[in-house]
Amino acid sequence: MNILDLSNHLQTYLVIGACLFGIGFYGLLQRQTLIGMLISAELILAGASVNFMAFNRFLAPDPTVGQIFTLFIMAIAAAEAAIALSIVVAVYRNYKTIDAMDVADLEG
Amino acid sequence: MHPPINSAEGLAGLVFLAMILTTAAGAFIATSAVRTIRAVAGLALCFVGVAGIYYYLQSPFVALMEMLIYVGAVCVVLVFAVMLAEPNPEKQVGKRNPLAGPLSLGVGVLLAWALIALGRQTAWHAAPVRLNDGSIPQLGHALLTNYSMVFELVSIVLLVAIIGALVLGRAGRSKA
Repeated sequence: MNILDLSNHLQTYLVIGACLFGIGFYGLLQRQTLIGMLISAELILAGASVNFMAFNRFLAPDPTVGQIFTLFIMAIAAAEAAIALSIVVAVYRNYKTIDAMDVADLEG
Repeated sequence: MHPPINSAEGLAGLVFLAMILTTAAGAFIATSAVRTIRAVAGLALCFVGVAGIYYYLQSPFVALMEMLIYVGAVCVVLVFAVMLAEPNPEKQVGKRNPLAGPLSLGVGVLLAWALIALGRQTAWHAAPVRLNDGSIPQLGHALLTNYSMVFELVSIVLLVAIIGALVLGRAGRSKA
């Protein structure tokens, strides 16, 4: 497999998607702020979308289905970002922090 | 197929490698930058690379939508949230388990490694026939025939999300 011919192989895209998913999962566990967790969740969604598009390009009988599914993932991710960020702003207004560990009323 | 580096296919391969590098660099910045605003910039860089990858997957429309929705809308919304709720960076260090960083790195590497191994070992079989070529007219036709119900449902979800975001942003403020 030539390195300049990588874009014609399904495995290339699967590796990219898996790496994005792994990096996003790492960030989701490692981040302490709510906005940082949201950014990592977007990376996980991007990895899933790359996988969908790769299978759509190389394997699917109907190559519009994966594109439409990716478009719906984008719409849901945009709605999720809007809701989550308004929650973050509301939490910040009440607690004066966006650290996930500080947002706790109960001890335990 | 071994395209020479000075041919059109070779140049396309080089641009594809640059897109992969952009994606990886953006993802690393997004997860490891200390300041949140730099993480948002890294996320935008990563999505530019992902849009290029979509272009190589013969989906220019999805690549355009990636740029419009993610780079143009989601990252701007994130920047607004950072401006409204940015904590001072020196306050948020400490008081966490020192094992948390290495453990999360281990979990991420393990997941990525398992998915890569799965993707490389499985014998994928392409569909014997392709019903269409997945071009933009075919995409629009499918969106307004087979998937019109889902299309409308997604618009309702977006409407509810907008109203919900407004309600959440409004709560707790004075009536003025």
